[in-house]
Amino acid sequence: MAVELQKPIQERAPSAAGPRTLFEKIWQEHVVCEPPGQPPLLYVDLHLVHEVTSPQAFDGLRTAGRRIRQPQRTLVTVDHNVPTTPGHLPITDPIAARQMEALRHNCREFGLTLYDIDSPDQGIVHVIGPELGATQPGLTIVCGDSHTSTHGAFGALAFGIGTSEVEHVLATQCLPQQKPRTMEIRINGPLPEGVTAKDLVLGIIGTIGIDGATGHVVEYTGEAVRGLSMEGRMTLCNMSIEAGARAGMVAPDEVTFDYLRGRRFAPKDAAWDEAVARWRGLKSDAGARYDKVIEIDAASLAPFVTWGTNPGMVVPVTGRVPDPAAARSTAERGAAERALEYMALAPGTAIEDISVDRVFIGSCTNSRLEDLRAAARVARGHKVNPKVRALVVPGSQAVKRDAEREGLDQIFRAAGFEWRDSGCSMCLGMNPDILGPGERCASTSNRNFEGRQGRGGRTHLVSPMMAAAAAIAGHFTDVRRWRFQ
Amino acid sequence: MKAFRTHTGLVAPLDRANVDTDQIIPKQFLKRIERTGFGEFLFYDWRRTPDGALDPNFPLNQPRYAGASILVADRNFGCGSSREHAPWALDDFGFRAVIAPSFADIFANNCVKNGLLTVVLPEAQVATIMKRAQEVAGYRVTVDLEQRQVRDDLGLAVSFEIDDFSRRCLLEGLDDIGLTLQHEVDIAAYEARRFGG
Repeated sequence: MAVELQKPIQERAPSAAGPRTLFEKIWQEHVVCEPPGQPPLLYVDLHLVHEVTSPQAFDGLRTAGRRIRQPQRTLVTVDHNVPTTPGHLPITDPIAARQMEALRHNCREFGLTLYDIDSPDQGIVHVIGPELGATQPGLTIVCGDSHTSTHGAFGALAFGIGTSEVEHVLATQCLPQQKPRTMEIRINGPLPEGVTAKDLVLGIIGTIGIDGATGHVVEYTGEAVRGLSMEGRMTLCNMSIEAGARAGMVAPDEVTFDYLRGRRFAPKDAAWDEAVARWRGLKSDAGARYDKVIEIDAASLAPFVTWGTNPGMVVPVTGRVPDPAAARSTAERGAAERALEYMALAPGTAIEDISVDRVFIGSCTNSRLEDLRAAARVARGHKVNPKVRALVVPGSQAVKRDAEREGLDQIFRAAGFEWRDSGCSMCLGMNPDILGPGERCASTSNRNFEGRQGRGGRTHLVSPMMAAAAAIAGHFTDVRRWRFQ
Repeated sequence: MKAFRTHTGLVAPLDRANVDTDQIIPKQFLKRIERTGFGEFLFYDWRRTPDGALDPNFPLNQPRYAGASILVADRNFGCGSSREHAPWALDDFGFRAVIAPSFADIFANNCVKNGLLTVVLPEAQVATIMKRAQEVAGYRVTVDLEQRQVRDDLGLAVSFEIDDFSRRCLLEGLDDIGLTLQHEVDIAAYEARRFGG
């Protein structure tokens, strides 16, 4: 990463007639050409790379004798495999070590800058991109990781790709892309007290279903979305993929600009002013049409807890585990029965009566400073229940330093939480942080799929505040009634 | 990439919706740095009991489905993670096509890149194929990409849609990076226009 990611556009693409959505503006600006009989070729401004989905792509380049077209538009770190126990070197898992070593070798051979395990900038790729100011409004951003949708929080078009596409972008800085459809999800009214961005997105997925946005780029609008911090918007966009969306976006505004100002790769001085002027145009025009519009009343939302094995299986913390017999179809009933069997839950159980063995606060969904502050506010002056093991894993080394500067680590430690180094950790358990069979976990991550956090492990997705409260109470509890100290 | 034109094969049923890529290939097998060798880990936690033995209840472990090359499943197959290890594992296990009412976007893209055909059929036809795969011994279907049709010997003949570009890539086994590189002049012109010379 050496050059500015975007400069003023010297020649504006002719705008299509009529009002356009935010997505259409970014899409049109990035179409390189439209070859007959092929999908449009879309230019990629920023390519994020990590150790798990890249080795076969570099091998492909080597086999074909191809080079990387834009090394300075490629940001590389290690996050998935990284152990998070403090002082974690050397890596004890030889296969993980080999994969990280392969990335080091590939970066050297192809001339890429790597934010390696010992770098002060290392962290989860979806945390460090924004943190370094590399994620900016109006950019196209891809990564061999489905949670790339996170970066849409800045008004960027950001989506996950597979390893073959990683290779394609490394070689050409472009991707042939069929144009997705658009969807507006408008959240009317402000979020109620105690309801966070995580609850908002769980509520959305519970409403539209885990394939409710498949084939669509979602733009989140409305008062509740405008009221979110950048961290909150990232949480919201992050889980767009859990509704099947190709990407999620929020139009940039002052909140976005305040977050970006002064960050390492953000434009400086006159270039900053020019950039902000341009970014202000990145919003959907009045009267722009979406292929689909969903409206949700923010007042209907509550702190949510998932009860099943996908993120759409979710109820308010005040609710109960649903009865599969009430499902709308036999297929849904079968799925709910399977989920309850896996989760070892009986229909009708009050969510607040479900006890937990483990708590994980972290992941690209909820490991930023604001998330840790919210959890610390709950934890302050309390003790983790003796039968619970609780982990706090900052999303990046920078988040860790900032949190320690504020004394958040002291609050967590005093309460009995483990304070770790940065990485993906127990979100997907590719490193040593995993659940044992049958263990039940309150987790701030994004997927409660079977075995996601460890074979036989049972995951309940919640917000950072709800996770911290569960750690202390030993069971799920409504954070709106929490005794803050 | 290997080409796909038409394929006739034994059908294995996986009567579940929302089969996510964590189930198709669990995370502990993503640390390999090769594209091959993932087949034995396909559906690992479903195929194997906690002690590592094959679970005889799982369809792919049943002798009647040995050698199956077409998988039929319920809606939203391949949701979740972008891991291309999922199509690599399906391919390595011997599957050439997956039939379902719908697929997750990234998974479907990844399949095309690996010559694995994802066939979207209406729910009723998927249910018919599922039932026949469960009830008719040695049930086979033909997936004909040239004709965009799925058919069996019991009278089923149903057409499916696929975008022209994906179809062409699969029929010809195209290297789409090579195809993009044919537009190098356009890419360079775009970069010059947007970022300056």
